[in-house]
Amino acid sequence: MITLTIDKKKVQVEKGTTILKAAHKAGVEIPTLCHFELCDMGIENKPGGCRLCVVEVEGRRNLAPSCITEVDEGMVIETHSTRVLNARTTVLKLIISDHPFDCLVCAKSGQCELQSLATQFGIRSMPYEGEQSKYRKDSSPSIIRDVDKCIMCRRCEMMCNEVQTVGALSAINRGFMSVVAPAFEMNLEVSPCTYCGQCVSVCPTGALTEVDHTNDIIRFLADPSKTVVVQTAPAVRAALGEEFGLEPGTLVTGKMVTALRELGFDYVFDTVFAADLTIMEEGTELLQRVRGHLAGDTNVRLPILTSCCPGWVNFFEHNFPDLLDVPSTSKSPQQMFGAIAKSYFAEKIGVNRNEMIVVSIMPCLAKKYECQRDEFKVDGNPDVDFSISTRELAAFIKKANIDFLNLPDEDFDDPLGESTGAGVIFGNTGGVIEAACRTAYELHTGKKLEKVEFTELRGMKGIRSATVDFNGLDLNIGIAHGLGNARKLLDDVRSGKSNYHAIEVMACPGGCIGGGGQPYHHGNSEILNKRAAAIYTEDERKIIRKSHENPSIIKLYEEFLGEPGSDKAHSLLHTEYFPKSNALTMHLKS
Amino acid sequence: MHLLVCAGTGCHSSESDLVYEMLRDEIERKGLDKEVQIIRTGCFGFCEKGPIVKILPDNTFYTQVKPTDAKEIIDEHLIKGRSVHRLLYTDPETMEHVLDSKHMGFYKKQLRIALRNCGTIDPENIDESIGRNAYQALGKVLTEYSPQQTIDIIKQSGLRGRGGAGFPTGLKWEITRKNDADQKYVVCNADEGDPGAFMDRSILEGDPHSVLEAMAICGYCIGATKGLVYIRAEYPLAIKRLKIAIAQARDYGLLGENILGTGFSFDIGLKYGAGAFVCGEETALIHSMEGKRGEPSNKPPFPAQSGYLGKPTNVNNVETFANVPVIILKGTDWFSAIGTEKSKGTKVFALAGKINNVGLIEVPMGITLREIIYEIGGGIKDGKKFKAVQTGGPSGGCLTEKHLDTRIDYESLTAAGSMMGSGGMIVLDEDDCMVSVAKFFLGFIVEESCGKCAPCRIGNKRLHEILTRITEGNGTQGDIEKLRNLANVIKDTSLCGLGQTSPNPVLSTLDNFMDEYMEHVYDKKCRSGKCSSLLYYVISADDCTGCMACKRVCPTHAINGERRGVHWINQEICIKCGACMDKCQFDAISLLNDYPREMADVISN
Amino acid sequence: MNQISEIKTLADLKKKQEEVRARITLRDRAESPDSLVQVKVAMATCGIASGAKEVMEYFVEELDKRCIDAVVTQTGCMGYCFAEPTVEVTLPGKEPVVFGNVDPEKADEIIECYIKDGELVDGIIPQNYNTI
Repeated sequence: MITLTIDKKKVQVEKGTTILKAAHKAGVEIPTLCHFELCDMGIENKPGGCRLCVVEVEGRRNLAPSCITEVDEGMVIETHSTRVLNARTTVLKLIISDHPFDCLVCAKSGQCELQSLATQFGIRSMPYEGEQSKYRKDSSPSIIRDVDKCIMCRRCEMMCNEVQTVGALSAINRGFMSVVAPAFEMNLEVSPCTYCGQCVSVCPTGALTEVDHTNDIIRFLADPSKTVVVQTAPAVRAALGEEFGLEPGTLVTGKMVTALRELGFDYVFDTVFAADLTIMEEGTELLQRVRGHLAGDTNVRLPILTSCCPGWVNFFEHNFPDLLDVPSTSKSPQQMFGAIAKSYFAEKIGVNRNEMIVVSIMPCLAKKYECQRDEFKVDGNPDVDFSISTRELAAFIKKANIDFLNLPDEDFDDPLGESTGAGVIFGNTGGVIEAACRTAYELHTGKKLEKVEFTELRGMKGIRSATVDFNGLDLNIGIAHGLGNARKLLDDVRSGKSNYHAIEVMACPGGCIGGGGQPYHHGNSEILNKRAAAIYTEDERKIIRKSHENPSIIKLYEEFLGEPGSDKAHSLLHTEYFPKSNALTMHLKS
Repeated sequence: MHLLVCAGTGCHSSESDLVYEMLRDEIERKGLDKEVQIIRTGCFGFCEKGPIVKILPDNTFYTQVKPTDAKEIIDEHLIKGRSVHRLLYTDPETMEHVLDSKHMGFYKKQLRIALRNCGTIDPENIDESIGRNAYQALGKVLTEYSPQQTIDIIKQSGLRGRGGAGFPTGLKWEITRKNDADQKYVVCNADEGDPGAFMDRSILEGDPHSVLEAMAICGYCIGATKGLVYIRAEYPLAIKRLKIAIAQARDYGLLGENILGTGFSFDIGLKYGAGAFVCGEETALIHSMEGKRGEPSNKPPFPAQSGYLGKPTNVNNVETFANVPVIILKGTDWFSAIGTEKSKGTKVFALAGKINNVGLIEVPMGITLREIIYEIGGGIKDGKKFKAVQTGGPSGGCLTEKHLDTRIDYESLTAAGSMMGSGGMIVLDEDDCMVSVAKFFLGFIVEESCGKCAPCRIGNKRLHEILTRITEGNGTQGDIEKLRNLANVIKDTSLCGLGQTSPNPVLSTLDNFMDEYMEHVYDKKCRSGKCSSLLYYVISADDCTGCMACKRVCPTHAINGERRGVHWINQEICIKCGACMDKCQFDAISLLNDYPREMADVISN
Repeated sequence: MNQISEIKTLADLKKKQEEVRARITLRDRAESPDSLVQVKVAMATCGIASGAKEVMEYFVEELDKRCIDAVVTQTGCMGYCFAEPTVEVTLPGKEPVVFGNVDPEKADEIIECYIKDGELVDGIIPQNYNTI
């Protein structure tokens, strides 16, 4: 243990602790900007770049950045001496001097960490006016880069490279012109970006934001000739309340449904329904492959990989084009919903698919890209027209001056609103595979599953493995969240070292609850834990907790699809994958 | 008799290769090739007067030799024994020819340790190096001393890093030695980036084996078997000579497995830098070597703990390494007798600017700036008055008359507000504007900042903008205070050595030349006339004939006045293009750096 | 470059150094000319015509053979054309002495008597001017 003095307070911390953390322990909060941490995930960004956390260390020549300076025995630290405050204020003014002054119209206004610091420091004048760095704006299907607002905190770079191992973003140029961008300052669209949106979720300013589709939706809601159907992903209900000041982990399912009705959606459905449908298809595929493997069929590829996560699909299309036959062919719940809504449901209510608009509310930015993929269109008409994030929905509700907190609870519409607890847990890492196990177990063994919770599959560890006993058949299951962890499992698959039967992958740390479209957590991993707990609570509250017992699903197969894996199911609910040669590489080769 | 022809980069680019060939052919033609050796050597340091041809044993020093001079040198000097006087160095003071290098002021005060073989041996021939004791120190260390004993020798010698910060070399080795790892690395920092500095290049071009040998000694001490030279790709000649040297050392078994039968193995490879100044900072250098963006990271962890590929790494500068073999062979007493109490040995400086003898010099620590400038440098060019000397590269400070007699070492330079740096030394005379000088160096820093930390990335840019404003006559009240606060904060908060020292040119000029700043800001005057925005074209009422020629030529219609009447220039519109002055046939227009008060009164009336 | 043979031990390295040292001793000596015996042979037209070249070669070879650290250089006409070849010998710490009419035989005597033992021999030409 090391004893040191911070602002005249004695504090004892372990060796290797940073001054920042020691100060926190002593009850002294030091302002930071580039520093970012999700402790439970082992994710930390501390390039020591912003220099706002500097403190005065007795005997040291210059000021010490507290986020990266480790404590020493007997250190005497002052965190708010005149020298420190002058340095911090000057540096903050410098950062602001190279930042656009368009807070009023910035997508990040109110959530911007730079703005909060300016408020905290009481910046009232700009003494260092000068040139501001200017870059091209870049818009992709999911993410907008307005890097004039980049402050070089490098959080996105850390997320993209170290956590996700995607390698789309890195610092380019030098000095005043340095900025985080795809290589050669090309567009994100031609980079290996997966649109996972983790860069957006950690960006402290408005440099990285999502493409906003709210206005498109408003246009169609106002068009009486259109039937506008909305689906909401499970993770949204566990986080939307945060945007209205509710405690993280507060479930707002009923209020959300009411709000969507008030906004004018004709049918308020649940993506969880489609999650149950996914389990029917993916679970069947899993059993087929495992059984084929056990029967000695050498053509069967194992493990089977889940394919619900569009960021993950993009990732393996970019990085593992040689393994495209490994993932399940099942579409994601969003796209299954769209396909069923614009066929089965449209027929049911007698609406032409071209007159139906399907909107999805997602915790995700990659979904925006996914719904634009060509294979999810019929004659150019997409199965899902628009995907908006949890944040966009919250903004939409606020814009429509709906008093969200005082809304009554309402239920989803039938039939695509009926769902089970199995579908709900799709929002958490490990949830898809747990839901699949609930169904596959009963389908395989013919026995009733007594305890539906597979707690061995839960948790926040980046890579988890468990063996599930299917009444004598041991199923090896791997789970990865965060694409860097997924890459490790995929590398094993590629080299033949993997002994898993099934692997669940979610692109975002924590799964969908930590998605790129969720309310900003500002590095508080406790928020993610609370959202995950809320999802499991929602599961427990459900009367039906196994996908294959969902009456609407049973009815859907009876009336429309036939069997899971039938030809019709295949044409509507399954897809194929395409190798994505890196457009940038191609561009450079040509 | 030996003819040494300089083949350093400077002389090389002024056709020294051709000089060499012509001399060689002429020697052959005259049948002198048995008695006369002709050798291409590394840099002599006196680059301003290159190409250099030195003739031994009489030390005749020919300067600015052209290929066509070859025949005369052979005929006159070699055959007839008469010096070719027109090629001898002329002393700028006495205006007399100096017969040999031992009597040249440039060399008299020098003590060449790191540069001991530069200009003496053929760097592309390992035998010449071996003849001058190369690898003897390595042999001695491997057979007589333990790694710790060797480190103790380096520690006792008092050798400190020549790259700038002056960290004790032996201590650095010891720390790296104490960190256990399966692999460690010795890195030679040859990313010399100071504008106008070329000491490391000269050593690598002139005496590559001294560096290779020292790296092997360091490897033995810290427990590394791999060495890497990080060298900028803009040094093609140094790269070529290093490659040849490494290949020859390998052929001889002086690098590679089981060196000299001692069981010690060490090999050296090259890594090329893309020429970023910040990559001279050791953590940035390591990142660059790993293929990452060349930007520094916080220390600790120091490279000695976690460096190249996460392994303990010892990074030393070229010049530091070049000192090591001599210290081993000549002993610590010999070395520590040279220099000051805390700074031992010598330092190589790249002497440049408004000085007569521009070039590379190696002097004992503790020499005064006066000795360097007036004795070695031969004084200020064109008899002008000395104003300041900027030491330590772009982020060094400007020292003045009052510092001339300071005995220079690491501590005294820092105390004076500058630094040793890697050894740049630029002399400024009375014609230099100190605000412009500060602006110039800041401009370099703005270009070379990596952009990682905010104070350096944005702060230096803002400093540069304020300085630009001041030199353009747009300085306002408060600018000087802003400069000082900003400079202090940048120094106090920047991440790496580059940022922490980058405001030195501003701070030192503010300290030593505040009056010039005040004149620029408040009087809109640049006393040296360097700031064109602060110059004033003025028409003399006595000489103006009212011919209207200037008025017609003025592109901005800034000139007023009737035919045959006196003309005057509206300074607010004038863009200082000088067209009027060129046009005036009566010398009535002059350029002043201070707007005459009486003139202003006349106009306002 | 000499043919490559690996240097396997420190003794090998020392041997190699001895082998190649001759190439550069001249340069070593030139570093500190004042501590060595300096022999300057006047090699102007008059000197060469009287056999100075031969004398110079004799000095170079013989001093080397007799293991005397000396620097033999050529110089211009010393003005004693009546006594060519003329040779100026400077012993460390002493004033230069000029010998006239030097032939190999005389050279041998200069080496043995003056250079080795410091005893003056015949044929000294009194200097009638100072050099700067």
